[in-house]
Amino acid sequence: MTGRRTFGGGGPLVYCLVAVVAALTLGPVAYGALGGFRSNEQLARDPAGLPDPWVVDNYQRVLTNDSFWVYALNSSVIAVITTIVTVVCGVMAAYPLARYQFRFREPLFMVFVLGLLFPLAVAIIPLFILITRDLQMGNTWWGVALPQAAFALPMTVVILRPFLMALPKELEEAAFIDGASRIGVFWRVVLPLSVPGMVTVGVLAFVASWNSYLLPLLLLRDRMRTLPLGVADYSTEYSADTAGVLAFTSIAMIPALILFLTMQKRIVSGLQGAVKG
Amino acid sequence: MTQQGGTLVATPPEETTARRDPRRAVAPRPRLAWRERLEVLVFVGPAIALMAVFILWPVVSAVRMSFYRWKGFGPMDDFVGWANYSLVLGDDVFRGAVGHNFLIVVLSILVQLPLGLGLALLLNRNIRFRGVLRTIIFVPYVLAEVIAGVIWFQLLQPGYGVVDGLVGAVGLTAPEQGFLGTPDLTLYTVFVVLTWKYVGLAVLLFLAGLQGVPAELYEAAQIDGASWWQTQRRIAVPLLGPTIRTWAFLSMIGSIQLFDLVWVLTGGGPANATTTMATYLINQGTARGNYGIAGAASVVLFVIALVMAVLYQRLVLRRDTHEAR
Repeated sequence: MTGRRTFGGGGPLVYCLVAVVAALTLGPVAYGALGGFRSNEQLARDPAGLPDPWVVDNYQRVLTNDSFWVYALNSSVIAVITTIVTVVCGVMAAYPLARYQFRFREPLFMVFVLGLLFPLAVAIIPLFILITRDLQMGNTWWGVALPQAAFALPMTVVILRPFLMALPKELEEAAFIDGASRIGVFWRVVLPLSVPGMVTVGVLAFVASWNSYLLPLLLLRDRMRTLPLGVADYSTEYSADTAGVLAFTSIAMIPALILFLTMQKRIVSGLQGAVKG
Repeated sequence: MTQQGGTLVATPPEETTARRDPRRAVAPRPRLAWRERLEVLVFVGPAIALMAVFILWPVVSAVRMSFYRWKGFGPMDDFVGWANYSLVLGDDVFRGAVGHNFLIVVLSILVQLPLGLGLALLLNRNIRFRGVLRTIIFVPYVLAEVIAGVIWFQLLQPGYGVVDGLVGAVGLTAPEQGFLGTPDLTLYTVFVVLTWKYVGLAVLLFLAGLQGVPAELYEAAQIDGASWWQTQRRIAVPLLGPTIRTWAFLSMIGSIQLFDLVWVLTGGGPANATTTMATYLINQGTARGNYGIAGAASVVLFVIALVMAVLYQRLVLRRDTHEAR
């Protein structure tokens, strides 16, 4: 974080390089956002140009489009359920794995580590059958959120366990001496101390759910679709309306971007923690 | 719920070893009271139950399904043995898909590693706007693959897309069918978009690894007259080893299950030029209702992922546990 650890500042060459990288990175995003402010006629004339004049109609159409809000609601509810289930189950599982001493502790932890190796794609077809037929949860919020939480759990536990291990034990011990039960200690001492770790894994679970495509693609239809499905379907249905597609897409990326910008530190530390753990 | 009970038993006797290396804490344990076992069960139970129902069970069913000819309705009773596997493994489309996945795995390491490393070293210098730049480079990673796909699909439109325009401006001719419509180029085009989206993750992880390099090492090298390049090559990059190896593992696992971006950009086409194992099995399972074949393809995908992970763990990552950390 500090420049203390490096030397070498920036010459003109460095700044040129950096500018090119920044332009290549942001270019496509800017193209989408600005393209939404242009008309199809402008886009056809010069695809890379700036809006001239600025057209707000595309964005207005998206924002007054009833299905956009339905998709946004579905995305939000599913992401919130996924996040809550992931964080609650994750912190509960990580606690004994971090603090209890029992013979099967490490094997039990390995179950979560191994869980990282099961790609969603492997399970997707039977998952689809399980949820739509056996559980009758096809085309529902929970039908998408619960499997997503299950697939988010391995990473969550892998991040949270070292985090809980690093918490000072003294407070818990003091509470035990005062006669508190395990569950009481977990609820009143451990949970409040683990809020930063829970926020980290929560943000990761939320973003993953918000962006997920494969599972919703198979499970959700019509009014239950989420934003990524809406974006993909809109872009095929109205492929002639490029400006409309770009406006729809740009608005759909705003929530993830805002969440990322406000929670940047947490996301970054979570990903790095996962790698180190 | 909150019965008062003396559960001090749980205070670990082997605290020091456990703290030094949590993964290798194999210590004699005091016998657990039934009460404690119950607590472990209550705490870990929900997570294990979710994973059993939504991960383990489907994976096991995929294995079972792969031995039957089943169209998705009626009882699953037409046992065909290994027939689905020979169908899948004999299918040129699937073999092509495996090849595409591996090409993406290899290209990711060959291209994204040097690129990510270069960018991380660049952004580790004392330059202005460094914080902003680090944020910028990470933006594509946060976007959904679908969103990235839809935007790039527009950029890559043949003839009038921005990319074709830029290529024309440099004096080259874009392929007539567009970058997404020319079978020889499509997979590489998809790879470029993947790199755009995921290089930020590599940069972020490498930057974090660079923070762990002790400042004294740079200072000592500087005093000895080493140039910036020399310090990077001889000090920073070697010390990044463990981070690089972990990143490569994540990258491999991601490449092997590539789906969203391909589905949105090309749908596996043109002429199956970009099919991946995941798009193949989704196509077989949902569009054609060949559940047995989809099951066999899932199992093959899983075995490949598992073998890769185990080999990598054995051959590459193991070094890190031996090296001083």
